[in-house]
Amino acid sequence: MSRVTFTIDGKTVKAIRGQTILKAAEAAGIFIPRLCAYRDLTPHGSCRVCSVRVNGRIQAACVQTVAEGAVVESETPELQEFRRNLVDMLFVEGNHFCMFCEKSGFCELQALAYRFGIAAPRYRYLNPKRDIDLSHPDVYIDHNRCILCGRCVRASQDMDRKNVFQFVGRGSRKRLQVNGDSLSETDLKATDEAVSVCPVGALMRKRVGYEVPVGQRRYDGQPIGEDIETREDK
Amino acid sequence: MKRGTASVTAEICRKFGNDRSRLMDIAIAVQERFGCVSHEAMEEIARAVGSHRVEVESLVSFYSFLSVKPQGKVVIRLCRDIVDWMKGYEAVAEAMSRELGVTMGETTPDGAITLTHTPCIGMSDQAPAALINGVVVTHLTPERGRQLIRDLRKHLDPQQLVTMVGDGNNEHPLVRSMVRNNIRMRGPVHFAPFDPGSGLRKALALAPAEVIRAIKDSRLRGRGGAGFPAGLKWEMAAGSPGERRYVLCNADEGEPGTFKDRVLLTECADQLLEGMAIAGYAVGSDTGIVYLRGEYRYLLAFLESRIEERRRKGLLGRDILGRKGFHFDIRVQLGAGAYICGEETALISSCEGFRGDPKNRPPFPPQQGYLGSPTIVNNVETLCCVSRILVEGSDWFASMGSSRTTGTKVLSISGDCRKPGVYEVPFGITPAELLEMSEAENTGTLLIGGPCRQMIGPDRLEGRICYDDLATGGAIVVFNRARNRLEIAEHYLDFFIEESCGHCTPCRVGLILLKDLVHKVIEGAGAPADLAEMRSLSNFIIRTSRCGLGQAAPNPVLGALEIFGDLSAGFVAERRPGLLPEFDLSKAVIDAELRVGRQSKYV
Repeated sequence: MSRVTFTIDGKTVKAIRGQTILKAAEAAGIFIPRLCAYRDLTPHGSCRVCSVRVNGRIQAACVQTVAEGAVVESETPELQEFRRNLVDMLFVEGNHFCMFCEKSGFCELQALAYRFGIAAPRYRYLNPKRDIDLSHPDVYIDHNRCILCGRCVRASQDMDRKNVFQFVGRGSRKRLQVNGDSLSETDLKATDEAVSVCPVGALMRKRVGYEVPVGQRRYDGQPIGEDIETREDK
Repeated sequence: MKRGTASVTAEICRKFGNDRSRLMDIAIAVQERFGCVSHEAMEEIARAVGSHRVEVESLVSFYSFLSVKPQGKVVIRLCRDIVDWMKGYEAVAEAMSRELGVTMGETTPDGAITLTHTPCIGMSDQAPAALINGVVVTHLTPERGRQLIRDLRKHLDPQQLVTMVGDGNNEHPLVRSMVRNNIRMRGPVHFAPFDPGSGLRKALALAPAEVIRAIKDSRLRGRGGAGFPAGLKWEMAAGSPGERRYVLCNADEGEPGTFKDRVLLTECADQLLEGMAIAGYAVGSDTGIVYLRGEYRYLLAFLESRIEERRRKGLLGRDILGRKGFHFDIRVQLGAGAYICGEETALISSCEGFRGDPKNRPPFPPQQGYLGSPTIVNNVETLCCVSRILVEGSDWFASMGSSRTTGTKVLSISGDCRKPGVYEVPFGITPAELLEMSEAENTGTLLIGGPCRQMIGPDRLEGRICYDDLATGGAIVVFNRARNRLEIAEHYLDFFIEESCGHCTPCRVGLILLKDLVHKVIEGAGAPADLAEMRSLSNFIIRTSRCGLGQAAPNPVLGALEIFGDLSAGFVAERRPGLLPEFDLSKAVIDAELRVGRQSKYV
C-alpha cells in the first residue's frame, strides 16, 4: 500500500493513497465534523458539514481523496462559520424539537450544534408541513426531522441488500420516500442497519425510546467527535 | 389499473430491451401514452427492468415534464423566463388562465387542458412563448393566448396551432415549427456551407492521436461556458483505461437566455453529428449520445432522420467510410425538463436512467463517466467547431478570435433590444459592439452568459467577450435602465431554487434564505446589514455547494450588489434600533381586523 503525507491544520498526517481526507484525518485522531458520512457507506457529499480547505479550495472531506503534500485546513474561523451555517440551515429547514425528541442525546445534529456552541438558529424557520409514517409495527419515520443525508438509502442498499428508501422530488421539495405506499408495505425490519444509521430522530424504532435515561446518553457525557480525538492508538 | 396499462407499459419496456439504463426513455414514453407515470405503471416498469418502484418514482419525480399524477391531455407550459416576463408574460398568463377557468398549475375539470409555467424554453428571441405538448408557439399576446385555447378546445391537437412555419429547417416536414432562426450574423465556422463527410475524411487520413493534436493546436475551448480545452479533455479520455468509451453531446441548453444551440441543431445538425464521429475516432469510441433537452423535442424526429441519413451514406454505423474497424453510431437521449442536466455529470446520470443529480468528482467523466467508462461530454457548438477545424485546419481556426480564446462564438442576444437573435462573432468582441449590432438603447444592465455567469453595468461595456474576461456560454440578455437589478436577481434566484437538485444543504436551503433577504430589500424593509449578509450568504453558498449550480446561483445577487451604487439609497435605510424593519404592523393585524369587523387604531 503506497502512502502519502499531507498536513491538516499544520499537523503532518500519513495516509494510504486513495483514502478520503475524512478517513485519513480520523485515523490520525483528527475529527472533521460530518453528518451524511457514515463508516463504510459510499460517501454522499450532501450535508457539506465536512467541508475543508484543500490547497485553497473548499472540498467535502468525505469525498475528496488525499494527495501527497496537500495542505488541508479544517478548524479555521471561516470553515467553522460555514459549518455552523450548515447545521443551522438543517435545523430551520425541518421541524426539530430537541427537548421532546427521544433521539435527544443520541442525535448527531444536536450534538454538532452543542459542539459548535449553537444556542439558537440565526436563520428563520421554514416551518415545512411534513408527515409522519407510523404504519410499520416496529419502525416509524418522522419526516419533520429528516435531514436528507441519505444514510438510510445507502445502508438499505449496501448493508441490508434491500432497496427500501430513495429520494423523490428535487430542490426544496426533495424528500425521503419508501418503496411502497407506506413503510408497512416495505420489507424493512427493525433490525435493519438502515434504521440504526439515522443520525437524527427521523427513522426510529418503536418502544425503545427512553431505554437509556437522559443524562446517560452518548453525547450527554462527551462532545461528538471526542472519541476520535482521544483514541489511544492514533 | 386502467385496462391495458400494464400490458402497454410492459410493451414499452420491451421496446427498450427491458434495460434499466433506458429508464428515461421508458418513463417519457409511458408519460406520453397515459399523461402520467402512475404508481401502477411504476410497479410494472420496476418489474420489467429489475428495479424497485421507489427508484422509478425517484426518477419520475425529478423531471418536471414527468408526473405521477394525471395531467391534461394537452399541457400548456407557458415560459416564465425573465425575457418572457419583460415581453408580457403576466398578461398572457392571466388571459389564458381566465379563458380556461383554472389557475396556473391546474387542469380543467374535464381533464382536457393543464396550464402551467416553465423556465426558459430557449425562445427568448421570440418571447413570450409556450410549449404545448412539445409544440412551440411564439410571440404570444393575450388575444393569441385566448384564441389558441378556443382552438385547442375544438380539436385538442397542438400541431394544428401551427399555421405558419418558420425559416430554414423549421419548415422541414419533420419539424414543421413556427420557430424562427433569427440568424442575424453568419460567421465562417458555423454558418458557412458544410459538406457532410468532408471533416470525417480529413480525420480518417490522420491517426487518432493526430486528430487530438489538431484539436489541441486549434486551441478550441469548450463552448458550454467553462472553456475547458477540448483537446485536453479528449486526450484524457483516450488515455484512461476502459473497455469502451463514449462521446456525449450536451444539447441541454438550459441557461436562461440561451438559444444558439437550438439554431445549430436546426441548421448545422450534420456538422454536429460529424463532430461526434470525429471525436469517436479520436478517442476510440463506438457510441455517441446526443442529450436533447425535452424542450427541443420538436427537433427529435428531424435529428433522428439526419442520423439515419448519415448511416445510409456510410458516415455512421460500421466500417465508416470504408475504414475497417471504425464503428460509431449515435442515439438521441431525450431529457424531460431539468436545468441541472446541463451539468455534465448530471447529464450522465440522466443518460444512465437516474435522477439528474450531479455526481461527486473526482473521478471526472474523461476518467469514469457514462456507465463508468471514459466519456467526453462536449457542447453542441464545440462539436460543430470540431468538424470545421478538420476541414479548414487548426491554424485557420486559431487565427480567429483573441489570443487565448480562438475561433468564433455563437451568441444568443435577447431582452431590451430591437434585433434579438443569433450572432456568430469573433471572440474578443465588446459588449458595446453587441449592443450596437442588436440595436439596444439605454442599456442599464447586461447579463453575460446567463444568470450563472455575470451581470455587468454600463461601466464594463468595453470589456472583451472571451474566457479571460467576460466568459459566456452563449447568452446575452439586455436590460434597459428602467429595470430593477435586484428584481432581476430575485427572478433568477427563483429559477435556481426551482432547478436545484436539492442534494446539498447550501444550495437547497441557502438559496431560499438568500431569496428572503433579496425580497426583503425589494419590499423596502431592508437595512444596510442585509446587504452585507447577502454578500456573506452568497459567498457561503458559492464556496460550499457541490456542483456548478449552487456555485453560480448567487452570481446575479452579487452582480446586482456590485452595480448597486445608484440604487442602494432607495432600498435600504438605517432604522431606529430595536425595530424590525420586516415587521409590518398593518399587515400583522389584518386577520384580527377581519374578525372584529373594524380597523385597528395604532400609531
